[in-house]
Amino acid sequence: MGNNSVATTTQALQHYTESFSGLEKSAANRELSWLRKLRQDGFARFGEVGFPTTRDEDWRFTSVAAIAQTPFRLVRNGHTLPSQKQIEPYRAAGAACQLVFVDGHFTPELSWFGKLPDAVKVSSLAAQIVGDPESIERHLGRYLDLRRDAFAALNTGFIEDGAYVHIGRGAVAEEPLYLLFISTAHGAPTMTHPRNLIVAEENSSATIVEDYVSLDGGTAFCNTVTELVAGDNSVVSHYMIEREDTQAFNVSTLRIQQARNANVASHSLLMGGALVRNNVHPVLAGEGGECLINGLYIGNGRQHLDNYMLVEHASPHCGSRQFYNGILNDNAHGVFHGRIIVHKDAQKTDAKQTNRNLLLSDNAQIDTKPQLEIYADDVKCTHGATIGQMEENALFYLRSRGIDELSARTLLLLAFAGECLDRMQQGPARAHVELLINQNLFHLAKRLPNRARESQGTDVARSVEEVG
Amino acid sequence: MSSLEIRNLHVKVSDHEILKGIDLTMNAGEVHSIMGPNGSGKSTLAQVLARRETYDVTRGEVAFEGKDLLAMKPEDAACEGVFLAFQYPVEIPGISTAYFLRSALNAIRKYRGQEEMDAIDFLPLMREKLKLLDMDEKLMNRSVNEAFSGGEKKRNEILQMAVLQPKLAILDETDSGLDIDALRIVAQGVNAMRAPDRAILVVTHYQRLLNYIVPDRVHVLVDGRIVRSGGPELALQLEETGYTTETGARRATPA
Repeated sequence: MGNNSVATTTQALQHYTESFSGLEKSAANRELSWLRKLRQDGFARFGEVGFPTTRDEDWRFTSVAAIAQTPFRLVRNGHTLPSQKQIEPYRAAGAACQLVFVDGHFTPELSWFGKLPDAVKVSSLAAQIVGDPESIERHLGRYLDLRRDAFAALNTGFIEDGAYVHIGRGAVAEEPLYLLFISTAHGAPTMTHPRNLIVAEENSSATIVEDYVSLDGGTAFCNTVTELVAGDNSVVSHYMIEREDTQAFNVSTLRIQQARNANVASHSLLMGGALVRNNVHPVLAGEGGECLINGLYIGNGRQHLDNYMLVEHASPHCGSRQFYNGILNDNAHGVFHGRIIVHKDAQKTDAKQTNRNLLLSDNAQIDTKPQLEIYADDVKCTHGATIGQMEENALFYLRSRGIDELSARTLLLLAFAGECLDRMQQGPARAHVELLINQNLFHLAKRLPNRARESQGTDVARSVEEVG
Repeated sequence: MSSLEIRNLHVKVSDHEILKGIDLTMNAGEVHSIMGPNGSGKSTLAQVLARRETYDVTRGEVAFEGKDLLAMKPEDAACEGVFLAFQYPVEIPGISTAYFLRSALNAIRKYRGQEEMDAIDFLPLMREKLKLLDMDEKLMNRSVNEAFSGGEKKRNEILQMAVLQPKLAILDETDSGLDIDALRIVAQGVNAMRAPDRAILVVTHYQRLLNYIVPDRVHVLVDGRIVRSGGPELALQLEETGYTTETGARRATPA
């Protein structure tokens, strides 16, 4: 980057300031002082640090210059909504409800609510802030560390709308609560900062799906933050599906706060977007917590899919398991950064991390990096990463039994992705994800060159960074 | 018409000639054995017949039931009735053995214009063959060959053969690494497959397997050429004298 691009970046930041002042004047909930302060602090923090560069260790493999240099604008209300027909393909089967957000704004005309248990509340964050500000103030922004994350700070500066999910004490939401985020095309590049708050009280149980899609293309930047608060003994499954088009920028942050004996599963499926950063940050704050961090990223073309995991063990007797699989084709670039911090008091921690990658072309690239920081002395932490190509031996074995080459390739891809599926509970959310994966991989298998080159999977040398 | 007819087959692997002119004719109903020392080209021959594409056939012809085998893709050869029991069966994580077997059978049935079998129809067939090979049904729910013992992997090969009912079965060192009980079971599985319309080619380093599967013909492969052919007694002879004399004999023959 030369001086020229620095100037462009400064100009682009000017757009954020203008958008921020606009929001401050027009936001429906602008009279709430705590919220105003939260926004101001967030935006001020973003102003101080600006966008990260690849000199920042947490962003070593991902340049966000393309985001920094684009003058994105907020989409204000009053534009035309997509039709029912346009979003028909994105309807979720078997869900309890589907909240639709168009360019970051809750859109009741396109949303629907099935029969929800009394103790389960699903609404827009904006409405909940007006209706019961205390329920929001108690949690919103309490778990994010804005100092270490410019995108979370930026999102906080632009808090306006998103989803609010509250699962009351002992309540069980059987069917998934489904949130659909749609970016639509506008003449100019647009940005949205959806902010979601999910609170699962003691002994409750729920499945929440966030699905990010785009209509009609166009350059869009979606910077979303979800705070998930899992109370004592709660069981929560969270799905994040990124399937926007290949012009989209998507940065998502899932911040999970787990209380005693809470059991949370985070499942991510990244298939879309030009530049995607998927942050998953659970903090196991109460004893006996269990966290599963499961994900699959499938990259084609020039897609850049970055997964940044930060698992913090802050209490004793907690378990965390990270499993991410990546399939990368063409010039796609995948990143897996798996950081585990075991704090001083978190004795008897059992943390496991596995990242497996399948590279389908010579130009596909993966950077995988484990980072273990252990400050307790009685813990078990393991990690491993593999990078391989589609095994010619396996392909020949299948073909020698009569299975044609395309089917054999598809089978092997599905088997690799199936490892991630197997970690999801049976149900409509898993079925939804499975369908998306199958469609994607059937298509991908067809695009692969016909004859496999003789190649073998290789175990990558394992590097450990331990501190303390 | 013979089942398999190999004429002057030359095969290279990365510029290194492995097979240097193989001639072999097998009729349906026959069991032939190819014996030879390590590195003589036995496995190369087996893999070429199963149409592995990484081998470079430089000369020669192979006819399978009158059709040009060398023009076939591996899946087409399999659908035509060629089966290779692998020396090193491949592990495929994430695909269950039962699903793999049924997919293979259905691919072949489809090719032959037969109706595909659903899981319910397939189960009794699979159970019958499992019994033949004294295999635990639990293996069928596990990923293909993953965490199978050496003996289980070899039995799994013969199980596949029993399910797919090929017209030409090639067994590539199926006996290696088997204890005597497993060897007996595998041999019993192969013998049960002997049929007038099927040819079986047993590739082995040791004579031991041939005590259980008695071949009609034995061929000795040394340095990419068949140097001697004979009846089952040839295998016993080799057991005593080893391959060294065969190598010597070949060298003595004027080129």
